[in-house]
Amino acid sequence: MNRNVERADFDLIASWVQPGERVLDLGCGDGSLLKRLIDERGAKGYGVELGDAEVLAAIRNGINVIQSNLEQGLAGFDDQTFNHVVLSRTLQTVRHTERILGEMLRVGREAVVSFPNFAYWKNRMAVMAGRMPVSEDLPYEWFDTPNLRFFTLLDFESLCDKMGLVIRERQVLDDAGRCIVEEPNFLGSLAVYRLGR
Amino acid sequence: MSGVGTVSAQRAQFSQPLPLKGGGVLPAYELVYETYGTLNAAKSNAILVCHALSGHHHVAGHSADEFGNPTANLGWWDNIVGPGRPLDTDRFFIVGVNNLGGCHGSTGPASPNPATGKPWGADFPVVTVEDWVDSHARLADHLGIDAWAVVMGGSLGGMQALQWTLSYPGRVRHALVIAATPKLSAENIAFNDVARQAILTDPDFHGGHFYEHGVRPLRGLRLARMLGHITYLSDDQMAEKFGRRLRTGAGSYSFDVEFEIESYLRYQGDKFAGVFDANTYLRMTKALDYFDPAQDYGDDLARALARARAKFLVVAFSTDWRFSPGRSREIVNAMVHNGQDVAYAEIDSAHGHDSFLMDDPHYHAVIDGYLKRVTP
Repeated sequence: MNRNVERADFDLIASWVQPGERVLDLGCGDGSLLKRLIDERGAKGYGVELGDAEVLAAIRNGINVIQSNLEQGLAGFDDQTFNHVVLSRTLQTVRHTERILGEMLRVGREAVVSFPNFAYWKNRMAVMAGRMPVSEDLPYEWFDTPNLRFFTLLDFESLCDKMGLVIRERQVLDDAGRCIVEEPNFLGSLAVYRLGR
Repeated sequence: MSGVGTVSAQRAQFSQPLPLKGGGVLPAYELVYETYGTLNAAKSNAILVCHALSGHHHVAGHSADEFGNPTANLGWWDNIVGPGRPLDTDRFFIVGVNNLGGCHGSTGPASPNPATGKPWGADFPVVTVEDWVDSHARLADHLGIDAWAVVMGGSLGGMQALQWTLSYPGRVRHALVIAATPKLSAENIAFNDVARQAILTDPDFHGGHFYEHGVRPLRGLRLARMLGHITYLSDDQMAEKFGRRLRTGAGSYSFDVEFEIESYLRYQGDKFAGVFDANTYLRMTKALDYFDPAQDYGDDLARALARARAKFLVVAFSTDWRFSPGRSREIVNAMVHNGQDVAYAEIDSAHGHDSFLMDDPHYHAVIDGYLKRVTP
């Protein structure tokens, strides 16, 4: 994955976290984001991860990682325990979309969600050319992708509306990690949202 | 990679009476222990390994047998201790201790009661996890260890590690709580009680004073172990290892040993009954049953754990139905609630409760990965 884009995503999230705040990172992988939030922002972080290799990597990184399956919700985490619950580039791999969004705002005061935008113009071009898109933010072939849900900014915002979730902030990045303001559903490759109730 | 080689046990005598949770005091006692690796000058690299129901101080390496054979008796957790192993003796000083009430050298029911000169037998007090931790703390004093880098253990050993962080919050930097539970369920206690009844109703038990009758309640102890052993394995593992296989290939329509699983359990029962003490077995299972740190906090585990200062690694195993992953998650959830440092790994393993003793590469990598971050 392009380091610039990854950084841009993490930069935004880091800028929203205040010192001493409690963060839960869902699908935390090796804990890179949490490590940054702890080291740079003085946050108190926990991660949830399912994969054995990722859990091991997170433990090696000194992260408070909890091995658990997001598809089973966040049972065991008490209501309103976290300032931010982060789901970075993972929502598209979750089957129970509404449940996880609801759970995020049950255990946290704010949900931070980032995901690849399927309506990004390069993705549209790929489909126009007859092929499923493979890009910086969608780096998989159709037959080996972990992604289950394919959606756009407009789709996501429509779901938020249906679920009564309040969009507090939205940042959209292109595939070079630059912020996009105009025509975000066309020019944006990755979207990052702050959601509340 | 080789292990720690040939080791020998050491003894520490304690003359200061130990007050017990169940009332009364143990006037004086002896603890037998082993150490591996070297205690550093700052005495900051010590790991205490707590043992489970049938364990003891001989954690790693070979200890000489009664014939003087130096390569006999491999320690019960040797696969995890040694140079380059997760409990790396090049970095850490590792201590294994036999718990009070045990039957491997520390003061227990077979030891002489100073009041009578005869074995304690039934009069040996029922000791608890808290009592063990208090006695461990005195061993730490004896060794000059102010704070353990790590206290760890599996099953009942994990419960001692947890209790250590509550009884002596300032004396444990990290706790590894493996295949454990914050308290036994009714089902767990039920299994323990059937095991105890097997011992208590054996005519050779003599109310716990069998030593003076020159007999041992072998039948009861054997049944207790057979029952316990079933709970340590998983259904899948039993199916794979034994299935419905018969020893002779055909049923004899009798009550002889026919199925392979029967043969295996009887072998395990006999082996155990030959070396273990029935009074110790009763006390170890009682210590398990009584363990419940949340009891004094209105059953609120988070409140009970709030005083822990250690960082935790909690590990559970997918097929452990004795102390299932859900029980470990109770500990994890309470600590997350409190904002305490905890990591949790749920290891995919076929070996049930006994998985914590197995040489599983991912499991050992998790322990190793965690301990690599512990500053000696």
